[in-house]
Amino acid sequence: MAMTATEKILARASGNSVVKPGDVVVIEPDVILSHDNSAAIAQLFEQLPHQRIRYPERLAITLDHAVPPPSAKHARNHQAVRRFVREHDIRNFYEVGRGICHQVLCEEGIVGPGMTLLGADSHSTHFGWLGAFSAGVGRSEIAALWATGELWLRVPETIRITLSGQLNTGVTSKDLTIHLIGRLSSEGATYKAVEFAGDGLNSLSPDSRAVLSNMMAEMGAKNAWVAPDDITWAWLENMMRRTRAHDCRERLAYFRDNALYADADADYAEHYHIDLSRVEPMMSCPHAVDNVQPLSEVDETPVDLGFIGTCTNGRLEDIAAAAEVLRGKKVRARLLVIPASSLVLRDASEAGYIATLIDAGATIGTPGCGPCMGNHMGVLAPGEVCISSANRNFRGRMGEPEAQIYLANPAVVAASCVAGYIIHPADLL
Amino acid sequence: MSTSSHRVWKYGDNVNTDVIFPGKYTYTVSHDPAELARHALEDLDPQFAASVRPGDVIVAGRNWGNGSSREQAVTCLVHAGLRAVIASSFARIYYRNAINKGLLAIPCPEIVSVVSAGDVVEIDMENSTLIWDGRQYSFPPLPAQVRKILDAGGIIPYLQAKHR
Ligand code: SF4
Repeated sequence: MAMTATEKILARASGNSVVKPGDVVVIEPDVILSHDNSAAIAQLFEQLPHQRIRYPERLAITLDHAVPPPSAKHARNHQAVRRFVREHDIRNFYEVGRGICHQVLCEEGIVGPGMTLLGADSHSTHFGWLGAFSAGVGRSEIAALWATGELWLRVPETIRITLSGQLNTGVTSKDLTIHLIGRLSSEGATYKAVEFAGDGLNSLSPDSRAVLSNMMAEMGAKNAWVAPDDITWAWLENMMRRTRAHDCRERLAYFRDNALYADADADYAEHYHIDLSRVEPMMSCPHAVDNVQPLSEVDETPVDLGFIGTCTNGRLEDIAAAAEVLRGKKVRARLLVIPASSLVLRDASEAGYIATLIDAGATIGTPGCGPCMGNHMGVLAPGEVCISSANRNFRGRMGEPEAQIYLANPAVVAASCVAGYIIHPADLL
Repeated sequence: MSTSSHRVWKYGDNVNTDVIFPGKYTYTVSHDPAELARHALEDLDPQFAASVRPGDVIVAGRNWGNGSSREQAVTCLVHAGLRAVIASSFARIYYRNAINKGLLAIPCPEIVSVVSAGDVVEIDMENSTLIWDGRQYSFPPLPAQVRKILDAGGIIPYLQAKHR
């Protein structure tokens, strides 16, 4: 029977030759992700009779959500995570400053094509851009996974999104995802898989593709898959040469063997087609990601803070786009830039982008989540307006419930900080 | 037929996890049940935490619990004494978390449009039916495998019992 990529990956992972939407299967995921929440998960784990982690080598833990710790309470939380990591000999552990879990695990070659990942984080859909099946679950389920190595999943229906053409200058994959979420709504893909296909993908860089899978969490998707192609392989090879030179070749060979692709005649629950050349710069307005407007129809709203960062848009391409807008200019609104990982920060410094940002008046933060979820390092006061490259603009998300958050691509964030109000870089004098 | 009666709190569509349980507390608020319960729906309805009674239920619109994977958005309600959330639809991770923490999450769009705050609804789990004003509204039963986890009170108690 013909299967979608998600069905194929879940069939193999559950030891079935065929699965179909609605089946409940049990899988042993290749990777189990958690972050600062690992200490809380450890407390749940300790309530279980198992004592030992079933597959310690499958756990991957990053400290990223509140780094460096903004309070003694957060510091104690990190300390508890480190203790757990030592006690259970967790090798895939990434310290404060290395970066955001979703970015770091890609860079480290922990996840690749055809693999399965379950994570205690709602943006675990992220790894689909590498051709993996990856989904978010809750903390108790992660505790159960640590103990037993397995978890039940319902095989989702798949939505296929075919991309054709190319994005125009000044339009990014962020605009594409906001456009999609506006069209399908924040529950448009609930319980479903999303598969991206079509020759439009050829024009999307690795950094841009990651945005697709990451943002589909905001459409309710369980996972969001992109077919591995030459762009994927080249990225993986370059990256793993840097992060795991010792076994880069073997790892790449394993990924190649492991990759799975959708059957040409697979059944899709829904099918959408997007001509990339017709996507405009888009914006999510307060307080919902699917409260979507074309940027051209958003008023010249004054902004207090711009934030460029997060697992959605905190990569080199995003910082480069901001630097291009900011070169030789000064910001009127505060601009906070937080690279998604230490490698991104290093590359951005080497390319001179960081100097450009600092000269323009931006603040640079430690790689990690920053104020994305309101923990620290740039949270909003009542009445403040933030334009952000993140993925969520819920009321209270970045601090005070009386603040307002607009979501846009990084160049729009940078331009708006220069102007002091929401504007597209093309309209900046 | 065993049914139970519950007082209703009514909310709208797209209630997200940040207003059910604010992110700023996720790494600092302890696991103390009373403290978790105190922040329940803090940014949506300050009345809720103050006057919710054990056995109450929430009836809400579409996409309840969208957003973060944080379980506190379920556990704060459990500790507040809430019995169930009945909604037109649930966000995926919230639905899983509810099962895994022993909170009834009942998708039933038909009843959502008719019930008001303060009404009383009856839940009949065995027949997968809700009753309001003498009328019955059915909801989809859970797969048997998953129902076992809910009945045990969540995935942690389920595994505890299984491995004892
Ligand atoms: S950057 Fe934001 S969305 Fe991404 S993992 Fe961190 S808190 Fe979550």
